[in-house]
Amino acid sequence: MTNPSKSLEVTIIAPNTQALHTLCDLPVGGTGIVRQLSGGREFTNVAASLGFTPGVEVTMVQNYHHGPLIVSLRDTRVALGRGEAVKILVEVV
Amino acid sequence: MNGQGGAITIALTGQPNVGKSTVFNVLTGLNQYVSNWPGKTCEQRIGSLNHNGLEIQVVDLPGTYSLTANSVEEQIARDYIIQGQPDVVAAVVDAASLERNLYLLAELLSLPSPLVLGLNRLDVAEKQGLHIEAHVLEAALGIPVIPMVASKGQGVRELLEACVLVACNPHEYLPNRPEIRADHKAVMQEISTLISGRVPEPYPKDWVASKLLEGDEEVGRMMQSSLEERWQPVHDILLQHEDAFLAVASGRYEWIGRMVRAAVVRPKPGQVTVTDRLDRYATHPVWGLLILLCALGILFFFTYALGSPLQAWLELNVVQAGAVWVSTLLAAGPDWLVGMLSQGVIAGVGTVLTLLPILVIFFIGLGVLEDLGYMARAAYVMDRFMHPMGLHGKSFLALFLGFGCNVPAVMGTRIIESPKARLLTILVAPLAPCTARLTVVALLSPIFFGPNAWWISLLLIALPMGVLLLMGKGLHEFALGGEHTAFIMELPLYQLPNFKEIGKGVWQRTLDFLQGAGTIILVVSVIMWALSHFPGGEIEESFLAVIGRALAPVGNWMGLDWQMMVALLTSFVRKENTIPTLAVLYGAGQDGASLAQVLGGQLVPAAALAFLAVQVLFVPCVATVAAMVEETKSWRWTMLSVGLLLVISLSVGVGIYQGARLLGVGV
Repeated sequence: MTNPSKSLEVTIIAPNTQALHTLCDLPVGGTGIVRQLSGGREFTNVAASLGFTPGVEVTMVQNYHHGPLIVSLRDTRVALGRGEAVKILVEVV
Repeated sequence: MNGQGGAITIALTGQPNVGKSTVFNVLTGLNQYVSNWPGKTCEQRIGSLNHNGLEIQVVDLPGTYSLTANSVEEQIARDYIIQGQPDVVAAVVDAASLERNLYLLAELLSLPSPLVLGLNRLDVAEKQGLHIEAHVLEAALGIPVIPMVASKGQGVRELLEACVLVACNPHEYLPNRPEIRADHKAVMQEISTLISGRVPEPYPKDWVASKLLEGDEEVGRMMQSSLEERWQPVHDILLQHEDAFLAVASGRYEWIGRMVRAAVVRPKPGQVTVTDRLDRYATHPVWGLLILLCALGILFFFTYALGSPLQAWLELNVVQAGAVWVSTLLAAGPDWLVGMLSQGVIAGVGTVLTLLPILVIFFIGLGVLEDLGYMARAAYVMDRFMHPMGLHGKSFLALFLGFGCNVPAVMGTRIIESPKARLLTILVAPLAPCTARLTVVALLSPIFFGPNAWWISLLLIALPMGVLLLMGKGLHEFALGGEHTAFIMELPLYQLPNFKEIGKGVWQRTLDFLQGAGTIILVVSVIMWALSHFPGGEIEESFLAVIGRALAPVGNWMGLDWQMMVALLTSFVRKENTIPTLAVLYGAGQDGASLAQVLGGQLVPAAALAFLAVQVLFVPCVATVAAMVEETKSWRWTMLSVGLLLVISLSVGVGIYQGARLLGVGV
């Protein structure tokens, strides 16, 4: 199988690549559509099972621009660290 | 297991926080058996019940978000369903977050065991403004869907009946199964063809193909050894499609979207829920910390304000009274028998008994915080501080409460989901300074240090905390691989605690403690008594004294004599034992001499400091060790922690005394 420590990039071609931001950049109340996930297989797997898949709408619930943040997606709230949030790229709507 | 003697096995699955354990408890009552999954430090709960003359076994699988082998829990759940082949799998989902919950169902559908869906927490969903038509969902999925409010006992019986019906009529089970996204159908087909005929029993071929595409390492290893030389072409395809797992995941969610579309009526957007309002404070960087401190303060207060008087009462009226009663009853019996019963057995039972009030109150507190949904918020607030050590935000909660007693700290680590973070927390938990060790420090430091006692005592409290941080960091880097688990977790909805369910949980955990840890404590107490009593009947001439004298050379490096070493050894039963042992060995009480008088001149300050430093860092008490064995289910990890503490404590002791000698202070 693939080397687990190898970082893996997964890109789903977005309609407008310039408009992609990391999840960290989303202001409170702002909504984005997940377009791309990067990072190790373990993280992407966990993120996907919690609902972060390309095309899903994510709304920022808490973001103090430092420390972890809270988003809402698929009727649930998910807390994640900034290190994890930068691996999720969204198209701001 | 399958169909043995007309019995039916139901496997209970679900994501975390969906009320699955409530369903399990309602189904099986107190008729449950707790052990560990073979070879895993993860709890296995099996219960049984009789339904219309049918013997039914219910296996509670660990809560998981998916079935990819990302964690021990996920591995256990899927191995059990594939290899254990239960007659039916009951998937419990939270109606209030249906889409995300159905992700696990989508995975379960590709496995052969028939499914029944328990649509739990419909009341919470209604409050959120979500309306779900169970029969519409049932028609779409092609499997029975049972509306439930398990916390009120609603729907549990219907779930059981549906399970029995499906288990007895497996041929009528025709579910609608999710498919991979259209753009990956061809490659999935290609892999299916390549592995055809070589998939080990009882794994379903399509499931294995899908897991290979998802990049599942365990399935990859299994197929590599099964395919041998034919693995290479499969591996090449997988390398070209490293992004496929997102296609699989998105495929599942697209399918879920289609399934729920007709069945769910959503609330108008922009509604602010109670959870949102509470979270504005509970997860705020400043308010959140204050709320956490208050919550812990209240828990701490109840544990000790209610627990300590109860402990004292039990000690006086049960333990001491019991010892007196045994001595009078057996006055004519041999000395060793009276001694063993009154000082060995009753001391052991007493340790267990006096721990109970604190443990029960602590379990209730944790149960309430967890049931409320607050625990995840506490973890969120603390995580940034604990993460660098490889610990989890929830580790802080357990460790903080260990300041009173290490036993609840170790038992409290059950709130930590990540097995690595949990193990690490258990291994460092004995370093949280407990009240028993603080008592020893508080009693002895005025004798040794006079007016300087207060600041030396503070240093002695800070010392284990410093060692805790270093040992946590060290174990994280060297023994547990050093990798940080990603911080990403669900924040469940707040809800009112269900005291009936909490009560059952507390009862079950207390029983577990009595059976597991209680037995170890009792046995060790008797052994330690025997060591201090035989052969001569006096501790001065006992085996323990012999061991103490043998350890005298080690003691010498710290400026300590053999009596001090014996005192450290007896502290293994109970940390407070140091005091009476010293009193006996130095002859306090003879000629009216107090402990302070006989001990005052015995040690130079450097040796006294070394002694107390060893005392606060030493091997944890037997109750803590027993709790560690009970919780890690591993003597190896427990002994690693105990061994490390032994080495660290003696090294610090030697370091202090020898350092002081080099510098010429305090000797």
